[in-house]
Amino acid sequence: MNTFKIGGVHPEPNKLTAGKKIETLGLPKQAVFPLSQHIGAPAVPCVQKGDMVRVGTRIAEPGGFMSASIHSSVSGKVAKIDSIVDASGLRKPAIFIDVEGDEWEPSIDRTDTLLLQNNLSREEIIEKIKDSGVVGMGGACFPTHVKLSPPKDCTIDTLIINAVECEPYLTADHRLMLEHPDEIIVGIKLILKVLGVDRAVIGVEANKPDAIELLKSKTTMVSGIEVMPLKMKYPQGGEKQLIEAVTGRQVPPPPALPANVGCVVQNVGTVFAIYEAVMKNKPLIERIVTVTGKDVKNPCNLKVRMGTPVSQLVEYAGGMPDDTGKLISGGPMMGRPLLDDTAPVVKGTSGILLIPESEAARREERNCIRCAKCVQACPMGLEPYLLATASESGDWECAEENWIMSCIECGCCQSTCPSRRPLLDWVRLAKNRVGGIIRSRNAKK
Amino acid sequence: MRWVIVALMPALIASFMVFGLGSLIVTATSVLSCLFFEWFITRVFLKRPSTLADGSAIITGILLAFNLPSNLPLYMIVVGALVAIGIGKMAFGGLGNNPFNPALVGRVFLLISFPAKMTSWPVPHQLTAYADAVTGATPMNLIGQIAGGNTAAMDQLPALKDLFLGTIGGCIGEVSALALLIGLLILLWRKVITWHIPVTILLTVAVLTGIMWLINPVLYVNPLYHLCSGGLMLGAIFMATDYVTSPMTPKGMVWYGIGIGFLTVVIRYFGSYPEGMSFAILLMNAVTPLINNWCKPKRFGEAVK
Amino acid sequence: MTFIFTAVLVLGLTGLVLGLVLYGVSRKFKVEEDPRVGQITELLPGANCGGCGFPGCAAFAAACVKSDSMEGLKCSACTSEVMQQIAAITGHAVEVGVEKVAVVRCSGSCENRPRTGIYDGARSCAAAALMNGGETGCFYGCLGCGDCVAACKFDAIHMDTETCLPVVDQDKCTACGACVKACPRFIIELRNRNKLDRRVYVSCVNKDKGPVAKKACAVGCIGCGKCVKACPFEAITLENNLAYIDPEKCRLCRKCVDECPQHSIVAVNFPPKKEPAKTQEPAVEAPRENTESTENK
Repeated sequence: MNTFKIGGVHPEPNKLTAGKKIETLGLPKQAVFPLSQHIGAPAVPCVQKGDMVRVGTRIAEPGGFMSASIHSSVSGKVAKIDSIVDASGLRKPAIFIDVEGDEWEPSIDRTDTLLLQNNLSREEIIEKIKDSGVVGMGGACFPTHVKLSPPKDCTIDTLIINAVECEPYLTADHRLMLEHPDEIIVGIKLILKVLGVDRAVIGVEANKPDAIELLKSKTTMVSGIEVMPLKMKYPQGGEKQLIEAVTGRQVPPPPALPANVGCVVQNVGTVFAIYEAVMKNKPLIERIVTVTGKDVKNPCNLKVRMGTPVSQLVEYAGGMPDDTGKLISGGPMMGRPLLDDTAPVVKGTSGILLIPESEAARREERNCIRCAKCVQACPMGLEPYLLATASESGDWECAEENWIMSCIECGCCQSTCPSRRPLLDWVRLAKNRVGGIIRSRNAKK
Repeated sequence: MRWVIVALMPALIASFMVFGLGSLIVTATSVLSCLFFEWFITRVFLKRPSTLADGSAIITGILLAFNLPSNLPLYMIVVGALVAIGIGKMAFGGLGNNPFNPALVGRVFLLISFPAKMTSWPVPHQLTAYADAVTGATPMNLIGQIAGGNTAAMDQLPALKDLFLGTIGGCIGEVSALALLIGLLILLWRKVITWHIPVTILLTVAVLTGIMWLINPVLYVNPLYHLCSGGLMLGAIFMATDYVTSPMTPKGMVWYGIGIGFLTVVIRYFGSYPEGMSFAILLMNAVTPLINNWCKPKRFGEAVK
Repeated sequence: MTFIFTAVLVLGLTGLVLGLVLYGVSRKFKVEEDPRVGQITELLPGANCGGCGFPGCAAFAAACVKSDSMEGLKCSACTSEVMQQIAAITGHAVEVGVEKVAVVRCSGSCENRPRTGIYDGARSCAAAALMNGGETGCFYGCLGCGDCVAACKFDAIHMDTETCLPVVDQDKCTACGACVKACPRFIIELRNRNKLDRRVYVSCVNKDKGPVAKKACAVGCIGCGKCVKACPFEAITLENNLAYIDPEKCRLCRKCVDECPQHSIVAVNFPPKKEPAKTQEPAVEAPRENTESTENK
């Protein structure tokens, strides 16, 4: 079975919700839409206090080339444009909408009928994707219309669909594949048309045999789309690791992109969003979120409207367990800790994980014993012990020389360190500083 | 650390079976001294929390004992422990900061300070003897004599079977190749170490001594004798693989192993000491930072760049 | 006996010869250096703190000698007498700079600013600042990991374990600026010492709106602007919900201190005021002033 060659770890999968069908969560009382739910410039509001909106109404426009629209996921009145603490842990400007009823924009097709055909051109499809505010749903939230317009000098030959979901606990993509495989196939065909490519590979980790079986049965008659089971190893779902496992090619270090090796990677949730956007005129207003944790009473996969406060999801799942130590947006390896449960669900919220205090609390760090477990674990072939020490002493030059900008912040190093050293924290600091140095160096040129 | 101690148990049991009381006394003294000195230095001297819980002092104690003859006077063992922990480890900042293997620092210090006592080894099977044990030539001594031209020593060399099982003279922990190999399997099974260092060292020694044996079988013994004699197995499996003082990448580990193997053979045949393992490992420990600089892991995307 | 004599003779001769060789080489390959550089380096504190902008005291001394004037060259770590001596050596006049001191503009102690979460990542303010807003509701305040303490080469700043805030020892502080650079939230500022080391400043850098700031910290600036109106010298400006006292314009009259409803403005090294009976002092003010007065050593 294919896999990536360097590094990787094997955390406990803990896929508690793999067998739970997707349930629809009720509407919130107030939906909050941070203006920055994607990589790039924050969106600019195009509504003001007192405006009435429907489900699907555009409430913010892209703030630049690398940006995305934001649409209301509820109908009601715009209460205020204020700020809220989101998953980044910082106060960000956001649009607050008081929910009244559930009135949708009439252009949106709300039926469940599977639509297969369209006579849109490539440009029209990209325009519809852009118009619908679709961004990468795997967590990175890269504006999709930008990703599907790779630089002219790059020849793309393979579309890779990231259905790996290597993060422990998360099962949103898994359930999506099991419950909406046909829509996903249509979405893939749309992207193939946009890219002008005739080969798509759906990469799925081997711990989802039901999804692999189902997708294989759906794609036997479809030429150009194949399903590739991949060996279970974290971080198989990392873009670069996935490209290597599927095609054998390694993306060069930054500023190189996957497009430079002829590949475009899209998360399977994004593919579904593309289907809905293009075929159903439905902008990105809801997503699947896994609510899970060892002590959670009712772990589940929920279809949630964007802007719903996390507290509502936790309540549906049986309330916050008493011994909860951490509330995480995402998975245990790369998720962001939430400061409280008022944070809203945004386009990149793939899961809400509640971890008990006994597992969440970090244990005391000790000296580095140079065991090299972090070196063995790093999927990018870096030396985390060295980068962390360089960061601690402010030696940005040493960090840059040792390829720190290649770090994908997957957390493999920190999870294997027997001395419990906060390697990833230090590396993140050094990446921030070195990134700044590189930018100012490039600006001077 | 826990599994390292488990992996050392077969060799410890073998040492009791071969050297009896002497081995017990030396091991106990060494371990207790190391624990005491580490506790004293961290808690009383530096006034910091005790680091005994990480288990490294116990391992240093056992490994130091394994490098000593079973009739070594108590005070020498204590001095060795003090040097191993105090100079070999704590002076550099504690676990993780030492450039040299602490047990070997202690051992080499004792070798140079008390050469007579450190190079007289009790004959095996004197189970109740300690300080009054009868001493005799070890296989390593004999191999050295043979290489020096004394071919009569060839008859005194124990059979390969004895060398493998450990019923021979030598330092406490180094005699039983079988027990040490069992320890190696335990370490590999629990993924405490990788195969690179031990295999490379043993292969390098086997190849180099094999070449010399082929050139002149009268002076230079069969490589199998080399593999099972002296501190080679102990060093290759437990001392050279110490995390702190060995390289961080597989490529680096291979070069490190080759260096140790090469130096061991050179010292064994062309130096005046019968056994070269301790010096070889310490010399390569000194080179480890350089190896770490030169042997970086394969970076993702490097080949394409 | 003869071998002792031979040994002494041989070693003595070797030593003599080598000494002569070293002498000759040191004369032949001598680097000509302006002796003033050495003289100036002697006068400097030798901490190599980098506050002057040069990599070390010797580099600063070299720059002084090389330059045509003392403009822009100032060692903040040495006294003005020493600067005058340096000026005398170089032959140029030195501007008499204003004596400054590092000021920590945050009073969000454990008591004033309740903790809403726990940060247990790498113990560095720089790393913590990248993580998220912090352990309290104020995303601008002191993170308490001590990057400023680690940066100070003069042992002039320490963490107060009770308040979890850094405290500057004004006698040791040389205003080199290392702690200012180390703080990822720009909380520390170099402000004028003034006569008797008195200073008045807004001990807050919170730019959130009033209600948010007040909820997070009992003594946070809410941007109400009363201090701006009260100041007879127009020394206070309000920007981004935060008041700022210009140290050049402030005349230390302390009218703003009384006006501030949040008690965010701090007056240091003043004698305690005789309080008029009408206003009630909230308990929170007392611990803060005690913190400040420990700066008087």
